[in-house]
Amino acid sequence: MNNNLKILINGVIKENPTFVLLLGMCPTLATTSSAINGMSMGLATMFVLICSNMVISMLKNVIPDMVRIPAFIVVIATFVTIIEMFMNAYVPALADSLGIFIPLIVVNCIVLGRAEAFASKNGVFASIFDGAGIGMGFTLSLTLLGSIRELMGTGKIFSMTIYPEQYGSLLFVLAPGAFIVLGYLIAIFNKLQHK
Amino acid sequence: MFLSLSIICLTVAVLLAQVNKMTAKPIAEAKAMKLQNAIKEVVPAFDNDPVAEAYKMSVAKGDSLLVYPAKKGEEVVGYALNSTSNNGFGGEIQIMIGFDMENRIINYTVLQHAETPGLGSKMAEWFKNEEKPSQSVIGRDLSQGTLTVSKDGGTVDAITASTITSRAFLEAVNKAYLAYSGSKEDARSGVTEKKVAESSSDKSVEVKKEENSHE
Amino acid sequence: MELIGIIIVAIFVNNVVFSQFLGICPFLGVSKKVDTAIGMGLAVTFVLTIATIVTFLMQKGILEPFGLGYLQTITFILVIAALVQMVEIVLKKISPALYQALGVFLPLITTNCVILGVAILVIQKDYNLLESVIYAVSTALGYAMALIIFSSIREQMALTKIPKVMQGIPIALITAGIIAMAFMGFSGIDQVFK
Repeated sequence: MNNNLKILINGVIKENPTFVLLLGMCPTLATTSSAINGMSMGLATMFVLICSNMVISMLKNVIPDMVRIPAFIVVIATFVTIIEMFMNAYVPALADSLGIFIPLIVVNCIVLGRAEAFASKNGVFASIFDGAGIGMGFTLSLTLLGSIRELMGTGKIFSMTIYPEQYGSLLFVLAPGAFIVLGYLIAIFNKLQHK
Repeated sequence: MFLSLSIICLTVAVLLAQVNKMTAKPIAEAKAMKLQNAIKEVVPAFDNDPVAEAYKMSVAKGDSLLVYPAKKGEEVVGYALNSTSNNGFGGEIQIMIGFDMENRIINYTVLQHAETPGLGSKMAEWFKNEEKPSQSVIGRDLSQGTLTVSKDGGTVDAITASTITSRAFLEAVNKAYLAYSGSKEDARSGVTEKKVAESSSDKSVEVKKEENSHE
Repeated sequence: MELIGIIIVAIFVNNVVFSQFLGICPFLGVSKKVDTAIGMGLAVTFVLTIATIVTFLMQKGILEPFGLGYLQTITFILVIAALVQMVEIVLKKISPALYQALGVFLPLITTNCVILGVAILVIQKDYNLLESVIYAVSTALGYAMALIIFSSIREQMALTKIPKVMQGIPIALITAGIIAMAFMGFSGIDQVFK
């Protein structure tokens, strides 16, 4: 259990997919125009990560090495399609605002990367915890990035007003803000890690 | 090797088909709900099903709008119209707009747009700010002439720094009015016929027949 | 005129990298040198054009007639993965010179979200085949342009003194942010072509 906990925390801090591994940049930049969008994208990715890690670690002895990658992609794409359908059915407004980036979870390097680097070599439980840890790390980073952009752009966090909207700088909600805020966040993370 | 891959694909296809079956209904319901809510927001209370009674009204060559009549009992209390403009800053703008029976705008809601967030996207609120009558379109009577932005000599203040969006929005509003007056014209002829049918009971059968043939 | 609009919008206004955020990982990965940037840009243009045509025909010819729209994601990604493999094999046989130039980039392309993204976008935008191809080519050109602009800046940047924590990705992202600001100036330019 202790070991599993370690795997979980590892994903959040030491191997944080956004700030340390620098993977999955596209959804990180594109869906963090508000805290809620960033968080939902993170949660959707976490769901796919946990499920695909679980299934792949179960199938790892059945799948021949030669067709490993296509098989992984099929498994991942299945879970992506499932979460896409559920989001369309039960949270259509959210599905609208995340748009094309839901199907694009398939090509998120984090998911395939974990399948290849962890799930295909480890047991089912460890893989589930790895998926949850990395997924949580991804969700937290996206929520943080989304909150900062929303706060600086519109004066709100999760739609709660912190300061009047007219003092915000719209730039942070638009495309350039995404790049700049993420750049500074990674720099801060670097600084903290090297201390 | 190929066997295991085919087995995986087959399992996946079956699984997805099941999930698809499961979620198809909620997805359709969610879509219908969105439309229903948009209509409710822009017309007075009604008790018919505007979506079921919707029809197309052409406004120009090759261009027609969907009209949703809202009825209380038998009487039409307002029209909701799904109108569009292709001249937005970021492309198409789609709105749902409601008119009462006196050519006045009751309310509108933006269904879809690709305008700049924080600038053009303000149209969702800008044109219904009742504290600033010079920018609000709510309650405007379009039989007095179509709406244009004040920069073009009109009476509506454009969104700050988003004149193109504002023009496109008003274009959609004016287009909706065109379809609205068309629908009202059609409805009026229908209504008068009905009144005739009620007052002269002798000829009622005859007129009713005529009415049916109109449909 | 409509087609010119599509081209201008895809290259400048909605540039894949600076406004749609597609293909960022390879964008940051291979943009240290202008040469590699050009190679990657060409490889993406090549694969994206073919992939868009194939997935478009799959969607209209197989998925839609049989009501299998829900298999879109899974079909497209498999088609793209297979296609990249095929392009690699064919290129190796037919044109070793071209293979030498593009070969190293091809395996990276399967997980480049530009390819899957554009394949899905043209279906969502309800383009016809011609519009789809034009959109794909111009998007790829926009991508190549972004890569080349960015890599030339980064070549210069390698010679300057940058605070240690900002080196590498952080400064690259901030630079990209500033370029994205410049690209915002293009928005609305397609109005001219209406």
